[in-house]
Amino acid sequence: MSFRERLQSWRYNLVPDHLVGEILTKRWTDNAIPFLALVVTLATFGSIIPGFFKLTSLQESTRQLGEFSMVVTGMTVVMLGGGIDLSVGSIFALSCFSAVYVFFILEQSIWLALAASLATGLVFGAINGYLVGYLRLRAFLTTLVTFIFGRALFDILVTSYAADVQLSTATSKVLDFIGDSTFWGLSVSVWLAIILAIVTHIALTRSRPGWHVLAVGGSRRSAHNAGIRVRRTVFMTYVFSGFCASIGGFLIACRLSGAGPGTGLNLEIMALTAAVVGGVSLGGGRGSVIKGLMGAIIVLTMTNGLIRLGYGTGTNQMVLGIMLAVAVTIDIRWLKNRHKVLNEVYVAPVYLKMGETQSAVPGSGTPYALDNRLSAADHIGLGELEGPEDVILDRDDHLYCGTRHGEIVRFFAPDYVRSEVFAHIGGFPLGLAFDRSGNLISCVGAMGLYSVSPDREVKRLSAETSRSWTSIVDDARLRDPNDCDIAPDGRIYFTDSTKRYDAHDWALDSIENRATGRLLVYDPRDGSTKTLLDGYRYTNGVCIAHDGKSLFFAESWACRVHRYWLEGPKAGTAECVIRDMPGYPDNINRASDGNYWMAWLGMRTPSFDLSLRHPDMRKRMTRRLPQDEWLFPNINTGGVVKFNEKGGIVEAMGDLTGGAHPMVTSMREHKGFLFVGGILNNRIGRYKISGADPNWTSPASYWGAKP
Amino acid sequence: MAGWLNFRSLNQEGIVFAIAVVLFVAAAIALPGFIDPNNLVAIVRSVSVLGILALGMAVVIIGRGIDLSAVAIMAMSVAWYLQLLNTGTPDGLAFAYVLAGVLAIGLLNGFLVAYADVPAIFVTLATGSFVFGYVRSQLITQDAVPVPQGHWVELLGGLRFLDVPIEVFVFAGLAFLFFLFLRYTKWGRYIYFAGDNPVAARNIGIPVRPMLVLRYVLSACVALIAGLLTAASLHSINTRVVNSTLLYDIVLVAVIGGIGLSGGRGGVRNVLVGAALIGILLNAMTIIDIPLLYQNLIKAAILLGAIIVDGIINPRDEQTAQQGDI
Repeated sequence: MSFRERLQSWRYNLVPDHLVGEILTKRWTDNAIPFLALVVTLATFGSIIPGFFKLTSLQESTRQLGEFSMVVTGMTVVMLGGGIDLSVGSIFALSCFSAVYVFFILEQSIWLALAASLATGLVFGAINGYLVGYLRLRAFLTTLVTFIFGRALFDILVTSYAADVQLSTATSKVLDFIGDSTFWGLSVSVWLAIILAIVTHIALTRSRPGWHVLAVGGSRRSAHNAGIRVRRTVFMTYVFSGFCASIGGFLIACRLSGAGPGTGLNLEIMALTAAVVGGVSLGGGRGSVIKGLMGAIIVLTMTNGLIRLGYGTGTNQMVLGIMLAVAVTIDIRWLKNRHKVLNEVYVAPVYLKMGETQSAVPGSGTPYALDNRLSAADHIGLGELEGPEDVILDRDDHLYCGTRHGEIVRFFAPDYVRSEVFAHIGGFPLGLAFDRSGNLISCVGAMGLYSVSPDREVKRLSAETSRSWTSIVDDARLRDPNDCDIAPDGRIYFTDSTKRYDAHDWALDSIENRATGRLLVYDPRDGSTKTLLDGYRYTNGVCIAHDGKSLFFAESWACRVHRYWLEGPKAGTAECVIRDMPGYPDNINRASDGNYWMAWLGMRTPSFDLSLRHPDMRKRMTRRLPQDEWLFPNINTGGVVKFNEKGGIVEAMGDLTGGAHPMVTSMREHKGFLFVGGILNNRIGRYKISGADPNWTSPASYWGAKP
Repeated sequence: MAGWLNFRSLNQEGIVFAIAVVLFVAAAIALPGFIDPNNLVAIVRSVSVLGILALGMAVVIIGRGIDLSAVAIMAMSVAWYLQLLNTGTPDGLAFAYVLAGVLAIGLLNGFLVAYADVPAIFVTLATGSFVFGYVRSQLITQDAVPVPQGHWVELLGGLRFLDVPIEVFVFAGLAFLFFLFLRYTKWGRYIYFAGDNPVAARNIGIPVRPMLVLRYVLSACVALIAGLLTAASLHSINTRVVNSTLLYDIVLVAVIGGIGLSGGRGGVRNVLVGAALIGILLNAMTIIDIPLLYQNLIKAAILLGAIIVDGIINPRDEQTAQQGDI
């Protein structure tokens, strides 16, 4: 290995590039930017303002935070529903005034003041909701107008009654408690804000009305067409926002024991900035209460910090303006470009040096030398089938195969002309196997392991295994279950080819070549699924050996076949029995003479082998070229290979014309014939094997003669 | 003109014009001194600055946008200009600075809306807040900045032609220019196309994005002119106007005159109609001696009514409404 290659292998095999793409697939990355901003803001102001983190200082800041974050929570819900509420500042101020008026001027109880406050907020919110929700007016302008309206009203009221409030002598222990006291170090308003946030969060994520809000925000038209009452849902979001703002207003009335011209001033732009900085998406559907709260802390820390640092009039607006512009721009760009970035960086190729191989050229004299025998095969279902990845025959000689439409098709013996859809599963049924009682077990690509009973009942056996501790993408889910076989004790051994790509993207996995294939076992006795082996380059075909004590499985992109021991001294370990083949192995099945059939889905080429030693080149290729110009493994030539128990190659055959079976993904021997399937083919081939046992069938080989 | 008399094709513009006429007649009969020529000049003068700003806003709204930073640009650019003059910067240099600043903000607005695809409402809300905050905290020292003695801005305020103040002529001239621009120039027509259906406009080869930038730059320049006229008539500029309801008055003039917020509709005539109604209304309220706070309340109520009427005349359908269109 040259020095350059050694560097390449270190660079691409040791640096986990693939984690970048995997992290980007996570929804929580949306939270990462606001969270980072939060940490930076707190750290900056914490370090330049002396005593920022002192308890009393924090208590004072958090008290304001309690009221503010309530308003932001309301704003967040409105924005999640696809609207915006600019009138929160006015509602806040008016609710504050209502409470002050009832308590100080009418000298009623504090609870009546609270009721007045809430009523103000709810009525105001209902007006907004009616205008925006039911009359379908534009949220921004409408709430802007109600904001002006509310503000004008508040200004009139506050100038008329300010003196009376000053002269009032009303006091209340409850009011002082709400306004000034702390509870386990936190003020009452903060506790209320936390409770409100938790309740709202649960309502949004776990309840029907909450889901409706998110659905309306995510796609108003779809929500409408799905039967959600869009108008009422929008109406309710504004009422909720009014409710939140009014609690905030009540709390500030308690804290300041009065209302002034500055109450709630600029609150709408602060709340809007907070929600957007926190990552609540404009236009709805994306965001959470937690994000809103993060934004609230950032904005409040920033504005308060600047005041405490002694910056003059206008600085706040300047900073808010910058924050709003930057946050909105990031939000829009992120939404737009996230999947583009993801597409570019997700494929993270690794270095692999494939071993020298023997030639498969016809007449080269090696055991792999292909011939043209398969082109003589009869065809079954020509033109009716699309993608019979695996084929299997039952005791009555009927032929079964999966199709890319998610169906299992049955061809009837003896001539295999008549066919029917045996069962519809969905996904892409790949590997097939019959168990002892005649259930058809199938690995369904993108779905999991399924069982179809003789009377066509489809049952899911397994869709997940246990999750590994270090995984970022959910590797418990079976993404590409590929082939299965059943041991004498009934346990189903199957492969999941890759953790990185979905079943239809299997070709991308060949370019990345990362070893993430697994061998798993499903135990029908307790329904559990366990991962036996991990870290192979696209595990594929599985076949239980004739004696039932071991199994063979194919590792496609490394061109190897391994033997995994089920019992005996080497139980639970795997050894490589065939290495450096000239073709990419797919399914493996038993042959009548005690050997094994193996399909080759494609052939190695010197150019692709070379590209595997240049991960940098493949990375550039995936980023800069359109996908149909990428260098893929050659899958235009395949074949069928027979090997023995020790891994020695017995014979190889192919279709050199490429007319009938260019690519072979499966073959099944039955009564002297070989049935051949291909995942990209439009037929099943039937090839008469010379010298094969005309009575041997696979079900009998597995489960004994007919009972 | 004939269409206005035909009740079947009565549109918002016609209704508003009719209301304005009725209000005018009612005020002329009921309010002493309303019909006085000096008062009529005062009405026109009072809406001149508003009307100029509304012209800039109208162009932006026709192109399916909105410029919430107009008032901030108006007040803060002139405040900065006067501050530079008061601290001894040569006039030409100071004006060059301010013009560069105004163009920069217009370009920034346009760039973010056109090329970053950020909704205009948020861009201009943010830049308006930024412009006010930056100029107030970094460039000027007080809320109000006076015009230096004997400066041309001061002289401008004293100019009269046939006893009519200069800003009326500026308003009239600008209105005529905007009318010509929107009606008879290629780029003016393009604004309607882009506002009516941006995607289709882009598909037929109209440079939609550069033209978006142009509109915001235009709006910013108009704001600067309005600011200079304000300073001329008041001999100072008070930056607190940014936090007043002037911005909403501008939107009110445009919307109430019948310029649809969804773009592609309206013209200079709608601005004039809207300005007439608001001018008469404000003047009448002042003569009746309604306090400023109540005037705000009434204006807000009228604006709300205008928006509701706009919503009923141009209803939005669940199936055709655009996602994220707030």
